[in-house]
Amino acid sequence: MKKDIILAGVGGQGILSIATVIGSAALEQGLYLKQAEVHGMSQRGGDVQSNLRLSSAPIYSDLIPKGGADLIVSLEPMEALRYVPYLAPDGWIITNTTPLVNIPDYPPMDRVLEALNGFPQVLAMDVDGMAKDLGSPRGANMVLLGAMSAVLHILEPEKLREGIRRVFGRKGEAVVASNIKAFDAGLAHFQNR
Amino acid sequence: MAQKNLLLGDEALALGALHAGLSGVYAYPGTPSTEITEYIQAHPLTAERKVHCDWSSNEKTAMEAALGMSYAGKRALVCFKHVGLNVCADAFMGSATTGANGGLVIASCDDPSMHSSQNEQDSRFYGSFAMMPVFEPSNQQETYQMTRAAYDYSEKRGIPVLMRLTTRMAHSRAVVENGEDIREQNSLHYPEKTRQWVTLPVNARIRNRELIKDYAQFEDDAVHSPFNSLTEGKDNGLGIIACGIAYNYLMENYPDGCPYPVLKVSQYPFPKELARQLATKTGRILVMEEGQALVEERLRGVFPSGIQILGRLDGTLPRDGELTPDAVRCALGLPALPQYPAAEVVAPRPPALCQGCGHRDFYTALNNVLKDYEGARVFGDIGCYTLGWMPPFKSLHTCVEMGASLTMAQGAAYSGTWPAVAVIGDSTFTHSGMTGLLDAVNGKADVTLCISDNLTTGMTGGQDSAGTGRIEAICEGIGVEKEHIRTIVPLPKNYPDMEKVIREELEYHGVSVIVCRRECIQTLRRHAAKK
Repeated sequence: MKKDIILAGVGGQGILSIATVIGSAALEQGLYLKQAEVHGMSQRGGDVQSNLRLSSAPIYSDLIPKGGADLIVSLEPMEALRYVPYLAPDGWIITNTTPLVNIPDYPPMDRVLEALNGFPQVLAMDVDGMAKDLGSPRGANMVLLGAMSAVLHILEPEKLREGIRRVFGRKGEAVVASNIKAFDAGLAHFQNR
Repeated sequence: MAQKNLLLGDEALALGALHAGLSGVYAYPGTPSTEITEYIQAHPLTAERKVHCDWSSNEKTAMEAALGMSYAGKRALVCFKHVGLNVCADAFMGSATTGANGGLVIASCDDPSMHSSQNEQDSRFYGSFAMMPVFEPSNQQETYQMTRAAYDYSEKRGIPVLMRLTTRMAHSRAVVENGEDIREQNSLHYPEKTRQWVTLPVNARIRNRELIKDYAQFEDDAVHSPFNSLTEGKDNGLGIIACGIAYNYLMENYPDGCPYPVLKVSQYPFPKELARQLATKTGRILVMEEGQALVEERLRGVFPSGIQILGRLDGTLPRDGELTPDAVRCALGLPALPQYPAAEVVAPRPPALCQGCGHRDFYTALNNVLKDYEGARVFGDIGCYTLGWMPPFKSLHTCVEMGASLTMAQGAAYSGTWPAVAVIGDSTFTHSGMTGLLDAVNGKADVTLCISDNLTTGMTGGQDSAGTGRIEAICEGIGVEKEHIRTIVPLPKNYPDMEKVIREELEYHGVSVIVCRRECIQTLRRHAAKK
């Protein structure tokens, strides 16, 4: 089995913490993994993405081909759309709906949502709002991770919860608990959609 | 003990060096190389073995210090981004003449597609230029192994090894299994051959002839290297030469194995004998290499006219930019996967200076003053503040390479430009700006140097900056008049004061320095979180 994922967002939003949790779970499960990151100038408020590839067999390329991604997971709605040429025809888009507007020509939100809803498999959700309601505004990433875990398949949700415990363990039990709560809320949101 | 870790290519190189018995890393930060040194700085073995790991002022000082460590018999690592190799080119070329005593590995990280760079130069050219072997691993596991092998090779052949990574290797993570043995560090011991370390012409001529002979040996080593291989294929209608990570993009497109014969190249000088063997099998050779067409250029014209060479130069692969699985797929004549068209609604989102960044306030004040000076030209430099060229600031007229701001301003000022303003960051100033300031003082140039000091090397993620706390003292020591070294704090409430100072120093017809100092908000946040 293999899963190719594009993680998208804006520099500073922290898409890499999602990758770190998945990476920890994948390593524990003995999966092969490649994860290409963006560092340097692009991190300064520009568009950023990470190509994350998981497989039970060895992986060659660090980059996902166009039309090859099983999932686009984005912390920002327009950024999800930036990578649709990479989405496989039956792939999923799981995205936040809260826009990050740091450019003068950000398109109208209704056009962004309309474009997103034109794809066959989309879950667009207010990740920021959900994280705030849970009392952990910094848990938006984990809400998104929870939602995508419903279609990840190559790693079961429980393995990802274990990944959260390993990655955030040294920050204390409270941080772990709030991240797991955020994760579970995301997963439930997908299941009840 | 053998362990599996998720490591960036940069980190795999760092771990390989530590396990090879490293005694010191010397580096200047630069994307995509920075994480090599940061990994070594954080590794427990570094403290345990007292491995040198402080940042150097620039790539030249780094290269020279590492060469000194090699002279003293210990294993050293130098790291920088590709353009850093230009900064240290004199020392680098010289190190081929001196050769290596303790193992010396020079890691140069190229950035094809210029994700965070000003050009796409391919470090492999420097390898053949200096007659030095080049190692170019194809994946993270091989990076770990090849780094260890590079140290042994460097000592065996008495030559530094240039390790070339590219962005997608440097900044991509994969599972890396390390070796079980961690080699001891070398003890202090000096070279047996002493003359080549004094590069007077009388010695250098002798050494040059030796090096020419050695280079033929390096090529023979590459022909027999375990990191290079020629594999058979079922279909000889095409032969493929895949260099470095191009091998991955090739294999990605053939999950059940490549039907064509493949020459995988990770160790240079280019093993021409293996290419000749490949050419006996096929009449068409496709060359895939990340970066510039180094191998392809050299193969054209080498073979009889019946053999067709395909690659970047004839358009089979794109002439510039990094390779991708899609570009390689197209070159192999495979159809593109079904895909959605790009979404029209998406707007570009270029990088920008952070909200609250001191560079923003500096540019705002500078622009307000320069509105009144029609002839003003602003010479920029390399760092986050280069983003001041972009809207809304549009403050800069030039940016070329590290340190060029003040020196270009001098040439322009002498030609009649007034006011000639240079903008440089604190780390870039101590990297390559100080000697230019000495020129300005000696030449009594009519220039205004603005040092936008955020107390760190910001663009690469907040590494130490070599001159922190001493910028004014350095300028005074170089000879700038004390009354024309001014310090301002870039904040909106200070705009009137800032503008007054800038105006006064523009009106002074000599060398002025305005130090514009406020901590980078990224490092400020990190420091606050630590407390």
